[in-house]
Amino acid sequence: MNLAEGVQIVSFGILAAMMLGAAIGVVLLENIVYSAFLLGGVFISIAGIYLLLNADFVAAAQVLIYVGAVNVLILFAIMLVNKRQDFQPLRRGWIRKAATAVVCAGIFALLSTMIVSTPWAISTATPAGDASVVVIGLHFFSDFLLPFELASVLLLMALIGAVVLARREFLPDDEADRAQVEALRLPERPRELVPSGRDETVN
Amino acid sequence: MQLQYFLLVAAALFCIGVYGLVNSRNAVRVLMSIELMLNAVNLNLMAFSNYLDPQAIKGQIFTIFVIAIAAAEAAVGLAIVLAIYRNRDTVDMEQFNLLKW
Repeated sequence: MNLAEGVQIVSFGILAAMMLGAAIGVVLLENIVYSAFLLGGVFISIAGIYLLLNADFVAAAQVLIYVGAVNVLILFAIMLVNKRQDFQPLRRGWIRKAATAVVCAGIFALLSTMIVSTPWAISTATPAGDASVVVIGLHFFSDFLLPFELASVLLLMALIGAVVLARREFLPDDEADRAQVEALRLPERPRELVPSGRDETVN
Repeated sequence: MQLQYFLLVAAALFCIGVYGLVNSRNAVRVLMSIELMLNAVNLNLMAFSNYLDPQAIKGQIFTIFVIAIAAAEAAVGLAIVLAIYRNRDTVDMEQFNLLKW
């Protein structure tokens, strides 16, 4: 995309602020339904950042897969296990929270000093830009062919595994009996046979 | 625009994900934190792909693979949460101590 530098910086700032605020909301809000919808906000903001990084195909895939599939799946899981229970507070729970916050802040400080101090070898070549779909397709069918096929096998395994894990183990007894009795009958209303036209003319 | 901005934002998102992963009581929220961490890694890969390797964009290939793995992980993880909820009748992470000494 050809955007001016100022436009890029302003839109990056807006998207990053949206993303980090929504992520903090995902972690800290009490109601988990709000968390799930804020997670969708995080995914959409990340798709916008991908557009800033000259990757239109991956941005579209992010919106389709994360917002359209993963977030909807999480919402369905919340609806299925939504039990209004108050978690009883742990003894000395604040120690764990404080320790985790300190460790996370330490990791962030370490990473940020590493990021700032490393001399990155920035390439000066023109980015692929709008031709990124072509380049991705070439990679998928030449040097990344085996991982591409393995990914399809993995998705099939995950599909079958999720069905096997989430399936009910047994049916209740009365449902099983009713299914056996009514198995051979078609569930349709009995109706009278319509006389054919020839019989009417004879009569 | 510089590479460092994107990397700093991704690092912040990763740290938020780690905090949520350790401190969540609800099992579904733990899965959401894992998704946050995976997205932070994706953001790193995309930034490197745009700034360090703009011609042969291999970072985008890796991002697509990570997205596929994350979708599979979400499906299997939520199925496991459903199975545990059916057996233990709770989603509290503190009561899932079946494998804990």
